[in-house]
Amino acid sequence: MNNGTDFGRQALDRRAVTAPLEIQHLTVSFARKPVLWDVTFVASAGSLIGVVGPNGAGKSTLFKAIMDLIPRQGGEIRVFGDRFTAQRRRVAYVPQRESVDWDFPVTAGEVVTMGLYSEIGWFRRVTREHRRRALAAMERLGIADLANRQISELSGGQQQRTFLARALVQQADLYLLDEPFSAVDAATETIIVEVLRELRDAGKTALVIHHDLQTVPSYFDTVLLLNLRVVAFGKTDEVFQAENLQKTYGGRLTLLDEATEAMRHRRTI
Amino acid sequence: MTRIITDWYWPLDGWIIAIGILCAASAALLGSFLVLRRLSLLGDSISHAILPGLALAFMWTASRSGWPVFAGAIVAGLLTALASQWLQQRGRVDEGAALGVVFTTLFAIGLILINYGAARVDLDPGCVLYGAIEFAPLDRLSIAGWEMPRAFVVQLIVLVLNTSFVLVLHKELKIATFAPEYAESQGIPVPWLHRGLMVLVAITAVASFESVGSILVVAMLVVPPATALLFVNRLKSLLIASMLLGAVGAIAGHLAAISLPKWFGLRSASTAGMMAVAVGGLFVLVCLVSPRCGLLAAGYRGLSLRLKIAFEDVLACLYRRSERGARSPAKLEEICNRLGRSPFLVQLAIWRYRRLGLLVHSQDGWRLTESGFERAEELVRSHRLWETYLAENLAMPAERLHEAAESLEHFTAQPLRSRLAEEISATEDPHGTPIPPERGTPRKPQD
Repeated sequence: MNNGTDFGRQALDRRAVTAPLEIQHLTVSFARKPVLWDVTFVASAGSLIGVVGPNGAGKSTLFKAIMDLIPRQGGEIRVFGDRFTAQRRRVAYVPQRESVDWDFPVTAGEVVTMGLYSEIGWFRRVTREHRRRALAAMERLGIADLANRQISELSGGQQQRTFLARALVQQADLYLLDEPFSAVDAATETIIVEVLRELRDAGKTALVIHHDLQTVPSYFDTVLLLNLRVVAFGKTDEVFQAENLQKTYGGRLTLLDEATEAMRHRRTI
Repeated sequence: MTRIITDWYWPLDGWIIAIGILCAASAALLGSFLVLRRLSLLGDSISHAILPGLALAFMWTASRSGWPVFAGAIVAGLLTALASQWLQQRGRVDEGAALGVVFTTLFAIGLILINYGAARVDLDPGCVLYGAIEFAPLDRLSIAGWEMPRAFVVQLIVLVLNTSFVLVLHKELKIATFAPEYAESQGIPVPWLHRGLMVLVAITAVASFESVGSILVVAMLVVPPATALLFVNRLKSLLIASMLLGAVGAIAGHLAAISLPKWFGLRSASTAGMMAVAVGGLFVLVCLVSPRCGLLAAGYRGLSLRLKIAFEDVLACLYRRSERGARSPAKLEEICNRLGRSPFLVQLAIWRYRRLGLLVHSQDGWRLTESGFERAEELVRSHRLWETYLAENLAMPAERLHEAAESLEHFTAQPLRSRLAEEISATEDPHGTPIPPERGTPRKPQD
């Protein structure tokens, strides 16, 4: 790499280079309807960030926008100070479990190996070394013995662990997890939390879409409260409180209440 | 001896089968990915929608072969895939409906064009649908001194093309088919892989339409992979198995076409049609025997469970009989009457238990051996434990207790029995008969 230009870029935006993820004024809309509105936040290295918000708040859309899977109307996203496409290998994505067909003829081990496909590159085969790494990641999640099982034979928790193992094997620095705790057993939940903490302690960053408000304070040090816009972003103990939650979850209902009220007024007037 | 396969003529039938196998293998290979992506209908659509492309190319060049025909077909095929995708996104029409709209329209345009142009070009709409594989061996060309049917060469090229596409992009196709969104996040150009697949489907369809017709292509695209999915659990095995199934279907189809109608004194049937019927037949066969779909296996399990219950009832019946003080061996009719079961079933149970050493024959009747008595006692214990448990915990009416316990007893073994025993306090069942104790535990003193 050319040192001159690299140095120049660092000088231009030193802050962004250090942040695993920086989002400025991101706006995404589907069919002219905004789904994300002016989202701005910076995720720092070594943090576990809970992404919390009601259904349809744009949480998954945020992830897809970060990974350039959907077009955005405005704003800027920097991943390690760069475009996502240039830093792709450093970002691991765990999609929602329902996003794939679990009857697909593929084994759990093969699914985990998929985390290495972009590293392996075009036209090359999966080698024994790749399989060994996949198995090591499965070992970490306690599912190494399931490597040769077809994925339809796995339980919900085992499927989720398979997905997480696929993310781990990539040895990324930024992790985007879409509802990894949905419908998993207690043992799986514990092991996922353990793995996330290990990642954080190793200086990695994880954004985790999460629905169980009870466990947010114990799982995440940082929270992003999202409902079309960023309601609040910051340290969990500062931000995760009743007023902000009311704004996140209550916002829409308040509007609905007002609308209902207005209708009633029109009728009575 | 009458021959099973009639009118076999190597120079003709050998080639027909070879062409059929190649076509089936090409189509089944690509079809696997379509079926996995739940796009089976797309293969159908493309193979129909290439018709206007073909027709225009025919009219343009006045020839049935050559590159313009392929090009026309590929353009029409891609148009189907793209137009239906566009309709789906923009028009908010669901995928099946979008494909239905696009391909029927294109197909109809194709038919009109063919009818219109038929006067000038030697082309028959029926031929497009059913193909003319029977005549394919007659249209020959010679390569390096070897003379072979043109259709064979074309199908071979297509098979090599499809196979290399799948081999070279195996990894990428797997991830893009299994998890398109994740694949895109990993930098796999999923839309381009999809388009590549569509182009190959169009090429396969146009290469096949002459020889085997567009209907058979659809059958070969969809049916072999759908069949293989009933028993495979790896992508590689799916691809190999569906190609083999397609090939077997092609062989069986042609043999059936030339032989089957002759047995009934009819003239030979359409080979393309028979091949499609053969792969359909394979699907039904696999459905019956495969462990996953396994209609036969499920039927067997159901039957063996019913037999087990019926058999065990015979044991329990003999136990209760001796409990009531009957000393003489039980006669067959007596057991049948008590159980209300057919003599055949009871006889079957007796035969089975005699072989297991649970029953012995004595004085025109049947008696439990020591081990038979033990086994029967376990059953009766399970039954009465359940009756007591249900009566104590669910306050079930007494007349329904027996019925419930009757089915539960057959699924209860020692561990569950001891847990049941812990839960209940009584030593007699709700009808007042004592619950036999577990073997190996001391009998409680009874007053």
